[in-house]
Amino acid sequence: MSTTPHSNTILTDATIFARRNLEHIRQVPEKLTNVTIQPLMFVLLFAYVFGGAIKVDGAGYKEYLIGGILIQTLAFGMMGPAMSIATDIQEGVIDRFRSLPSRRSAYLLGHYLAEMVGSLLTITILLGTGFIVGWRSHTGFLHVVQAMLLLLAFASAMIWLGLWLGILVRSPDAVMGIGFVIVFPVTFLSNAFVPIQSLPNILQWVASVNPVSVLIAAVRTLFGNPVAPVTKHTWPLDHPVAAAWIYSIALVALGWIIAQRRYRARTTD
Amino acid sequence: MYEQNSAQSRSGGVTATGLGKRFGDLWALRNLNLHVAPGTVLGLLGHNGAGKTTAIRILTTLSQPTEGSATVAGFDVVGQATTVRERIGVASQQATVDGLMTARLNLVTIGRLHGMSKTAARQRGDELLEQLDLTDFATALVKTYSGGMRRRLDLAASLMGNPEVLFLDEPTTGLDPRSRGDLWQMLTDLVREGTTVILTTQYLEEADRMADDIIVLDHGQTVAHGTPEELKARIGDDRIDVKVASPSELAVAASALASFVNGESTLDEDLLLVTAPIKSGVRIIDVVRALDESGIEAVDIARREATLDDVFLTLTSPSRPHQEMPA
Repeated sequence: MSTTPHSNTILTDATIFARRNLEHIRQVPEKLTNVTIQPLMFVLLFAYVFGGAIKVDGAGYKEYLIGGILIQTLAFGMMGPAMSIATDIQEGVIDRFRSLPSRRSAYLLGHYLAEMVGSLLTITILLGTGFIVGWRSHTGFLHVVQAMLLLLAFASAMIWLGLWLGILVRSPDAVMGIGFVIVFPVTFLSNAFVPIQSLPNILQWVASVNPVSVLIAAVRTLFGNPVAPVTKHTWPLDHPVAAAWIYSIALVALGWIIAQRRYRARTTD
Repeated sequence: MYEQNSAQSRSGGVTATGLGKRFGDLWALRNLNLHVAPGTVLGLLGHNGAGKTTAIRILTTLSQPTEGSATVAGFDVVGQATTVRERIGVASQQATVDGLMTARLNLVTIGRLHGMSKTAARQRGDELLEQLDLTDFATALVKTYSGGMRRRLDLAASLMGNPEVLFLDEPTTGLDPRSRGDLWQMLTDLVREGTTVILTTQYLEEADRMADDIIVLDHGQTVAHGTPEELKARIGDDRIDVKVASPSELAVAASALASFVNGESTLDEDLLLVTAPIKSGVRIIDVVRALDESGIEAVDIARREATLDDVFLTLTSPSRPHQEMPA
């Protein structure tokens, strides 16, 4: 046998890249804090500290809370991929991979696969914690499956957008700042933690057109959890499940395209 | 096991024709022509910014040429980039290994991306760790490595695919003298087995020692091209530096030196230094006497090997014709 021509499929190469990212987590488990411990603390904080002061019609606050925290955590999930790809670029590791006979898209796909493992973990931890504090799903199996798929679709969108962000910034340090400035207000100016009706009028509009509110309303609907009354009617908020799918799929497509493009531009000189 | 290509099956030479790269208004590399026969070593010699790294990046498919073309192992670096990547190894100036993985896993990952099986990659990786004296640190995280160890691991990474053509960008930078010697020995062995090597360096001595052929680059231009012997013949022998006390003595000192030197002396009025290529066999004591007889107060006299600066001084000196200098 002599050196065989490169025969790995894109998926094989992507899996090799994904293993590398998972190995990073094994070596530095703290990297997982923001997708594990942090959302867990949010659940406990809101369920037991703020929750008593927030009134939701229909059911207890804990039923309301989980949908919000799920989407918020997955939205913050864009920072992880952004950090890892920005670090790869800064350290020059990316040049090493580019001089190997692996396919160009396999590298980004590998990051995506590894991050999806993290997202699955996040969802599991949040639902588990929710269950412990008293959250329940009140719908059938198919609705729960659809909720899970929707969460994974939204997670995918945020990962691709995160990869795009990571290629865009000049250094990994910039990711934190930019990420917080975008994700923090976008997720809090929504129905994530408080019913929209409790907000001042202008913010009610902001929260009602915010796609994050739609995603959260869809998750609550699919789990049969309380969805606070809609005060400013928009088509997406009135049809949260359909709209959430449209948003998620559109964001996956957008993120995928701009991440690939940015990567191509960044690695072409 | 992952068998090595036999020397006979290798056809991995490198050619470049009129290769150029422009960044904005600046030509980082212009009209580079080269032909490296399989199993030989080409040295690209030049200061920082001379275009060495740009040349390597184009030849390793990381950068697109603005003009000209190049083949590596018989394949076009632009049109057949993937095939080229299967046949090359690259150790760049920045050691591009993954700090958050062990040395072994770094190599296995790269081997797997070359299409090797897990066992083959592991075996090849351990072989290289052994050769590069890293076996004791195989399971250590690379971020705990010293600079020199990282360079060695980077070299191992570049050898994982058993490349036909190996590119090394300033490979000895940051290595201690012993590792440098080991690296030279390893390269010698690889070349004997048929590997083609292109390396860059800022040190004339290194190019002289390793390369069969040397290209001297300056501001992106090729200023000289030849075997080390040819270059040295043009550059001359050792240099003698004579430091004088006042500017008026420079010319006098130069004429006092005339009978000992090959070619012309250069006078530096700021440093009060006369530098000249000195004929072999000249005794310093005779130089001192000659200076003394001319009434020169020599502050200091030193004899040394020619450096890259001398190469440039000689090759780009306007009084000397040099055919490779582009118009």
